[in-house]
Amino acid sequence: MRIFLSIVFALLVVVGNDVARAVELKTPSKDEVLEDRLNTLSSELRCLVCQNQSLADSHADLAIDLKNQIREMMRQGRSDAEIKAYLTHRYGDFVLYRPPMKTSTWFLWIGPFVLLVVGIAALARAVRQRRRRLAEAVPEEVDTATRERARALLADDGPGAD
Amino acid sequence: MKRFLWPLAIFLILVVFLGVGLTLNPREVPSPLVDKPAPSFTLARLHHPERSMSPSEMAGQVWLLNVWASWCVSCRQEHPLLVQFSKANVLPIVGLNYKDQRPDALKWLDDFGNPYSFSVMDTDGKVGIDYGVYGVPETFVIDRNGVIRYKQIGPITPDVLQNKLLPMIRKLQG
Repeated sequence: MRIFLSIVFALLVVVGNDVARAVELKTPSKDEVLEDRLNTLSSELRCLVCQNQSLADSHADLAIDLKNQIREMMRQGRSDAEIKAYLTHRYGDFVLYRPPMKTSTWFLWIGPFVLLVVGIAALARAVRQRRRRLAEAVPEEVDTATRERARALLADDGPGAD
Repeated sequence: MKRFLWPLAIFLILVVFLGVGLTLNPREVPSPLVDKPAPSFTLARLHHPERSMSPSEMAGQVWLLNVWASWCVSCRQEHPLLVQFSKANVLPIVGLNYKDQRPDALKWLDDFGNPYSFSVMDTDGKVGIDYGVYGVPETFVIDRNGVIRYKQIGPITPDVLQNKLLPMIRKLQG
């Protein structure tokens, strides 16, 4: 029990960069279209405080502030792209769950496909080599003496047989 | 023998990748604001709310912008160091009192000491958003031209102060 408690405590210390303060979410507006748009957009944005949650799911103080800010910007008629630009300007590409295609993320986007192609090529090569080896393998000539011995062995009840 | 070399090579590459990953701190998101002009704001001062402050007033000197709050536990951790550092008068330290209540903030400074040349109140956290603040305390080093040169996320430790902040400040002042 003591160990458990100290683990919990340690986790609290590690995680406790002051995320625990709750803030009242401004009463969601009646405008359902806008709320839908907010939800769609914020589910593609990362909450910086609890990094494995999207902005839509998070109830961290900052996430709520940011959602209120996004709602405000949507009311002002800003586009999703403009809002994303606003956030990346402040928090970097890290807020985007879908990283943009650029030189530094090139490997991230293309890498899996490169690996797939390499894998398929390696597999094809292995299969082809194996097939060639099988085709090239010449069946060994068996002389009559060996054949006889084999027949005798098969006919004979071996030590393992009943 | 050769057929084992490829899997071994791939394994070693993975080990290197994972090893590097382990040494990175995922909480430290590199700020896109470094080497960009510090976002401007006009906020009321904590001790003299009738007076306001904007970053442009600091032009011509290197200064620190330290984001703090009375509710922030980690700020307590870094505070004694900040108080001690401020006594050396190396550069002005401006406090951005983030999403706080004025009486709480004033009491906090009375209790733990005030290292700040002055603090300004960002009650609704809007300026914090402009500065990309997500984990108080955070500290920005801003140069003579009002450009952010460094951002410390989380508390300043003696090590960070000695090996990162001070060399940078000396270079910028020199």
